[in-house]
Amino acid sequence: MSKGTPASPALMATKSSGHGAHSGTTSGAVGTTTPVSDVLGPNNVVAPVQMTGSEALVRSLEELGVKDIFGLPGGAILPTYDPLMASSLNHILVRHEQGAGHAAQGYAMVTGNVGVCIATSGPGATNLVTAIMDAHMDSVPLVAITGQVSSAVIGTDAFQEADIVGITMPITKHSYLVTDANDIPRVLAEAFHLASSGRPGPVLVDFAKDAQQSQMTFSWPPVIDLPGYRPVFRGHSKQLREAARLIGEAKKPVLYVGGGVIKANAAEELMVLAELTGAPVVTTLMARGAFPDSHTLHVGMPGMHGSVSAVTALQQSDLLITLGARFDDRVTGVLSSFAPHAKVIHADIDPAEISKNRTADVPIVGSLKEIIPDLSAAVKAEFETRGTPDLGDWWAFLGNLRDTYPLGWTEPEDGLMSPQRVISRIGALTGPEGVYVAGVGQHQMWASQFIKYERPRSWLNSGGAGTMGYSVPAAMGAKVGNPDRVVWAIDGDGCFQMTNQELATCRINNIPIKVAVINNSSLGMVRQWQTLFYNSRYSNTDLNTGHDTIRVPDFVKLADAYGCAGLRCERVEDIDATIEAALAINDRPVIIDFVVSPDSMVWPMVPAGVSNDQIQVARNMTPVWDEED
Amino acid sequence: MSRHTLSVLVEDKPGVLTRVASMFARRAFNIHSLAVGPTEIAGMSRMTVVVDADGDLIEQVTKQLNKLVNVIKIVELVSENSVQRDHILVKVRADAATRLQVTQAADLFRASVVDVSTDSLTIEATGYADKLAALLNVLEPFGIREIVQSGTLAIGRGSRSMSDRALRAS
Repeated sequence: MSKGTPASPALMATKSSGHGAHSGTTSGAVGTTTPVSDVLGPNNVVAPVQMTGSEALVRSLEELGVKDIFGLPGGAILPTYDPLMASSLNHILVRHEQGAGHAAQGYAMVTGNVGVCIATSGPGATNLVTAIMDAHMDSVPLVAITGQVSSAVIGTDAFQEADIVGITMPITKHSYLVTDANDIPRVLAEAFHLASSGRPGPVLVDFAKDAQQSQMTFSWPPVIDLPGYRPVFRGHSKQLREAARLIGEAKKPVLYVGGGVIKANAAEELMVLAELTGAPVVTTLMARGAFPDSHTLHVGMPGMHGSVSAVTALQQSDLLITLGARFDDRVTGVLSSFAPHAKVIHADIDPAEISKNRTADVPIVGSLKEIIPDLSAAVKAEFETRGTPDLGDWWAFLGNLRDTYPLGWTEPEDGLMSPQRVISRIGALTGPEGVYVAGVGQHQMWASQFIKYERPRSWLNSGGAGTMGYSVPAAMGAKVGNPDRVVWAIDGDGCFQMTNQELATCRINNIPIKVAVINNSSLGMVRQWQTLFYNSRYSNTDLNTGHDTIRVPDFVKLADAYGCAGLRCERVEDIDATIEAALAINDRPVIIDFVVSPDSMVWPMVPAGVSNDQIQVARNMTPVWDEED
Repeated sequence: MSRHTLSVLVEDKPGVLTRVASMFARRAFNIHSLAVGPTEIAGMSRMTVVVDADGDLIEQVTKQLNKLVNVIKIVELVSENSVQRDHILVKVRADAATRLQVTQAADLFRASVVDVSTDSLTIEATGYADKLAALLNVLEPFGIREIVQSGTLAIGRGSRSMSDRALRAS
């Protein structure tokens, strides 16, 4: 089964001491039973004491159990940066606020704890917007702290004033503007509770400068006052019994597993349910690692670039057991043609996801941490009365598909390395205990396909938002959260150029991530669509970083300039040695320039705008497409 | 598309109207009218939102509203067991020759004249949206110069109160 003896070097790597990161214990706050107190942290009792708002801000973060934060100071947040110097918080100074946001996301995704980023008003705050939106799309627990101009000048277009609460309203779970210092402890406790409970997400707290500077009376714990916020944890027992009845009847069930299973820390519970039902499991892009790839019940990733067995399992299914997934268009293709014969059980902590895209026959609202074991119990009782369903025919069909159409690639004809091989070898040589953080594009899809994920929180990417530039800063945050693990940024040459300034942050703060730049000298996924849908007219996708170009920038020199190790690999026979060399360097970040073919494409593929039944496996052949959007 | 009237009990916090309006805009939901005001409980406001949406969509609208942290409770009010009223002020052309006809028309709708000038009358009327539309139809031939209209207000029939139940629930 899964998780055998870890022969991988992933856990043996360096101790990057010095940045005070704690080992990745997962928080009990996300998706578990109703906590005793909604205030995160140990709930130390602090008797009333006078201090400034900024001191209260820092103290509240400490009391909430925060260890590491990522940020960059400026005028409106300066009062808070002063007490920060004397605090127990490990503040990591980034080079761009977007980096702070993604780092906080990466940190949150590997630890399960709330990630925290901090920026000043105006442009500092707007630079966080992409990361906040990314966290919103992927349900990442994030608290974004911003400075704001003094309350007396709010609305006057003061220097570096931006209505960041207004700007981020559609992309946050909730937000606050704090103008009274006395509100600071309560608001932060509420922000952390909101970010981490129910469906996790980003919460922005904007602190007017005068609120930071004025005196207040601090005490702890504060009283949370959220009368309109009551997430449901326990699934409805009648619905659970109905779900079990459908599972007992189904001939072609599929466990359609989404990122919610990871957010709820429910991978072990999922394993029990899967082995009990014997149903095939598909793990979405956000759920890779929620169920081990090596397990015989796993049939792959569904969606636009999913495996034939996973896509077909959903299409042919008569029952989707949907757990923390949201019928995203990248999974369903044309919605009306998705899984046309399937009844749908849909379990999610967010009631608004249920029947949003696909109508559920059995909706179950609650935490998967509670629902999955309850469902297992109900299924067990159902099977005891009616017998265990025979899924033999279903498995014969799917097993045949899995054997006939395994994921694979053809070697490029230009003699350059295939990117799939490079990524596959990184996964094989590092092992399942590593953490893999992708940017967005072809390399992201290959990293989701050709690295074997065996445990939750080992695969990070920007799924819903598709944020190019996510990889390096998110990997940095992941390494701070999991300092004992090898953390790979699997990046593209386009993505890498968007956020590689954080190499300075990594180098200076001793955060030794490894960056594999899958350098195909182009915006590869866009180029792939141009090849397929725009008659190979390559409008503005050539980046001139690769083979036979002037190589601007030279990634090895760039690594050198940042004080990182820079390696280059251009030949198939050097791939393993280069990866081994990178795995051996643990005193500083490593950047490898893997010069690969620009002609490699991501397969299988369901073109946008058509049914998943039209999945193309395309080896050695370029199908003629006539539809796209 | 069918029309639905939602009563939404919200915390009276800065930005709550923006949050509701912005959610409608972002999700491409169609607001027909919206009215907000304080309630019998300090710190709580009530919005009456009239939405054009089909069956599945209205469920999604309600769920998305419920996700807003400041929203405490949502009830859909149907006309059979609620009282729904719009309020309108209309400025109509009316000189000495037509003034009497206009005031008679207003009387038929139990509307009242609230301002008079030499060539106009301002009429105030309250009622269900259909009744106000009929009033406007009757006034139209005289020449309507200006209309200002509230959003719909709605309240459930009977003795029970929406906020009572909401507070007990929490």
